[in-house]
Amino acid sequence: MLTRRDILSTAAAGAFISAVPSIAFARAETDARLVLVILRGAADGLAIAAPYGDGNYAQVRGELALPPPGSSDGLLKLDGMFGLHPALSGVYDEYQQGRATIVHAIASPYRERSHFDGQDVLENGAAATGLLRDGWLNRALAPLGGTLGTETAIAMAQNTPLILRGDNSVTSWAPSQLPDADDSTLRRLESLYADDEFFATRLAQAIKSQDIAAGQGGMQDMRSRGNDAQQALTMMQAAAKFLTTDDGPRIAVIEAGGWDTHANQGAANGALANRLGGLDAGLTALRQGLGDTWSRTVVAVVTEFGRTVHVNGTRGTDHGTATAAMLLGGALDGGRVVTDWPGLRNSDLYEGRDLRATSDTRSLFKGLLAEHLELPSAFLERNVFPDSSSAAAMRGLIKT
Amino acid sequence: MKIESAIAANRFGLGARPGDLEKIERQQPQTWLLDQIQGPARLPTDISDLPTSASVFRKVDEVRREDRDQYGKTVREYYIEQAHARYRAAATSDYPFHERLVHFWSNHFAVSADKQPMPAVAGLFEAEAIRPNVSGKFVDLLLAVEQHPAMILYLDNQRSVGPDSTLGKRASRASSSRNIGLNENLAREILELHTLGVNGGYTQQDVTTFAKVITGWSVGGAGENGRFAEGEPGTFEFRQVIHQPGKQEILGRQYSQSGMAQGEAVLHDLALHPATAKHLASKLVRHFVADEPPAELVDQLAAAYLKSGGELSAMYTALIAAPQSWSSAFAKYKTPHDFVISTFRAFDYVPDEARFLIGALDLMGQTPYRPGSPAGWPDTAEQWGGADALYKRIEWCNTVARFVGSQANPVELGDAVLGAAFQTQTRTAIGRAESSIQGMTLLLAAPDFQRR
Repeated sequence: MLTRRDILSTAAAGAFISAVPSIAFARAETDARLVLVILRGAADGLAIAAPYGDGNYAQVRGELALPPPGSSDGLLKLDGMFGLHPALSGVYDEYQQGRATIVHAIASPYRERSHFDGQDVLENGAAATGLLRDGWLNRALAPLGGTLGTETAIAMAQNTPLILRGDNSVTSWAPSQLPDADDSTLRRLESLYADDEFFATRLAQAIKSQDIAAGQGGMQDMRSRGNDAQQALTMMQAAAKFLTTDDGPRIAVIEAGGWDTHANQGAANGALANRLGGLDAGLTALRQGLGDTWSRTVVAVVTEFGRTVHVNGTRGTDHGTATAAMLLGGALDGGRVVTDWPGLRNSDLYEGRDLRATSDTRSLFKGLLAEHLELPSAFLERNVFPDSSSAAAMRGLIKT
Repeated sequence: MKIESAIAANRFGLGARPGDLEKIERQQPQTWLLDQIQGPARLPTDISDLPTSASVFRKVDEVRREDRDQYGKTVREYYIEQAHARYRAAATSDYPFHERLVHFWSNHFAVSADKQPMPAVAGLFEAEAIRPNVSGKFVDLLLAVEQHPAMILYLDNQRSVGPDSTLGKRASRASSSRNIGLNENLAREILELHTLGVNGGYTQQDVTTFAKVITGWSVGGAGENGRFAEGEPGTFEFRQVIHQPGKQEILGRQYSQSGMAQGEAVLHDLALHPATAKHLASKLVRHFVADEPPAELVDQLAAAYLKSGGELSAMYTALIAAPQSWSSAFAKYKTPHDFVISTFRAFDYVPDEARFLIGALDLMGQTPYRPGSPAGWPDTAEQWGGADALYKRIEWCNTVARFVGSQANPVELGDAVLGAAFQTQTRTAIGRAESSIQGMTLLLAAPDFQRR
């Protein structure tokens, strides 16, 4: 059986070169930053960016419809058709500066309604469930360099989510409240783990992250306690520190839960509005933490699928299909809503209930990897998103 | 000492206490496990001393209405009490295999304590719906779970209204239908997570129809605006006025029963569906044998289950009899839950401070009763194996070792709790440690203790 190390060394020896143009290795380093924020639980795209200009919107959304731009608690006007949820004022500031883009009516190729399978497909980059055991963002790391101790990507969590799991070395970090183990104990554990690759690799990765966190100062004091919004804020701030460290990671994944609004979802105020407000504060903290680096950054905020167009019997929404994705960052050619709007009439809806998908999350991810991280198309098609020819890369998202 | 004794204690049980391995060796590992399936004759006192969920629902509801400032505190106190009881019982149980089964099914049917008022009742749900039913027929477990108020509230079924029910029709005439209608959350998760599994062959139409079938499965007591006030507060209540009447078809079968009997008939059929057998078998094999469940063993368990007419013990017996169950002492990477309980058992320590154990589990990413979704906690090394997660474990090992100090000899403890699974390199590393505290950290963090 090939071990991870074997795969890394064969990759370094050029095993991919037959499959990939040599440019794959010309760009061993990237100065671009990419942050993936995964909203777990199926966030409601019709609330994130509401199509107030669609003549059917107010009627189909009923009590969950958001007031049009200009009214009290009204939507923040994106264009003549869409408005951003009023809780997303930080995102809106960036949008007005051309540093945010909304992609609407987007979904992964998954067309059932299980959160867990939906998240798998979003993260493994396959055309259907169960086809790939590793994550697309991990596969994309191969040409970017970075090995044990100098990982290109970090999961802002104790455990690595599927999107970053795979053969390429990645690290993870989350705040702690316990005293550090002393160096002598860690050295002995390294030696005790030497013959056990599972433990050896993870300890090496963790020690590196601890070094970065300690070197930045202050991060050791971050507390994992507090409500979800505070935790998200902490993670965003920490991510900014990792991403601005000289030999630190360039790619970060942050997860945020609590989007499964089956009951009492609320409109301009209420449960979902509070979640969005927390997310907005976190994204603002990330932008501030990145400082000048923001100009080279793209943050993609995505979720596994959307929610039903109609309100259910408990003032919420059930599992749906297409949703909205938010992109932020100075590298974007933003200030626009990218969509082929499918409409909200009953006959427009997928299976008579969901927003129909007119774009594919793989197209979005391919576009970002190609234009922002400058990964070659052939590599993306073959290695990162196999069987995705139906989902052409979304072009023109990044400033040239 | 046989390796099978270590496997029985550590993989099937919750970790050996000093002296356990000798006892298992005397009884034979397989017999020791088989004897535990039915559980103890009497409930552990930690569990029997808990209040009923109905009384807690009533109390929490009362505090919410009358003393709102105290709501968070009240819920938290119940949560701490129940989590503490669970881990005390686990740390001291003489039936650790049975106890593991309770935890396994509690996780299969997770009600996550991050939605109010779940923190106040998640442990009681486990005590009332799960614990009495882990060794009987699966359908009894399934019925107890889906008719428990905690599950109904967790997955929003209490106010799911049939469109053609008495109340549904009245509401649509009054054109206020937006606030009233179906919620398919519970129906979907029963099919996807509790029974057939996501590839079990059901359609969106089956989900919607099943949601109609179980309309009216609700909870007694005052609802918002005084609606739904009838019924014994905090207990299961079938509400005819919101139940969708009429025949229904699910998975190609007709259900002409009326009222609650219709949903019960569907659950009976789901329990004995081959897809359910396979789904349950693969989860059990993943939990007890390997992250990648061997297909032939899954098939054996599923076949034994169906042949027995849906007896859970048929699967456990097949599992214990299977040679694959006994092939490695290190088949599974412990979850934080496994790790913390096995550490307590190794030290024969009963945590008297609940915050200590809840804090430890929270820190290692497995806060009691809080998996964050109805899918429960994951069960593979891949999902628990983050670099930072290992580092947190090491920090906790170090903290525990300092706490225990030099009261125990780490080499002797390794022999006592790992037996034949205690690895030479671990023994050597501990022998060379600069202090017994460091030696204890190495023992707890060693791959042989971190796996089961």
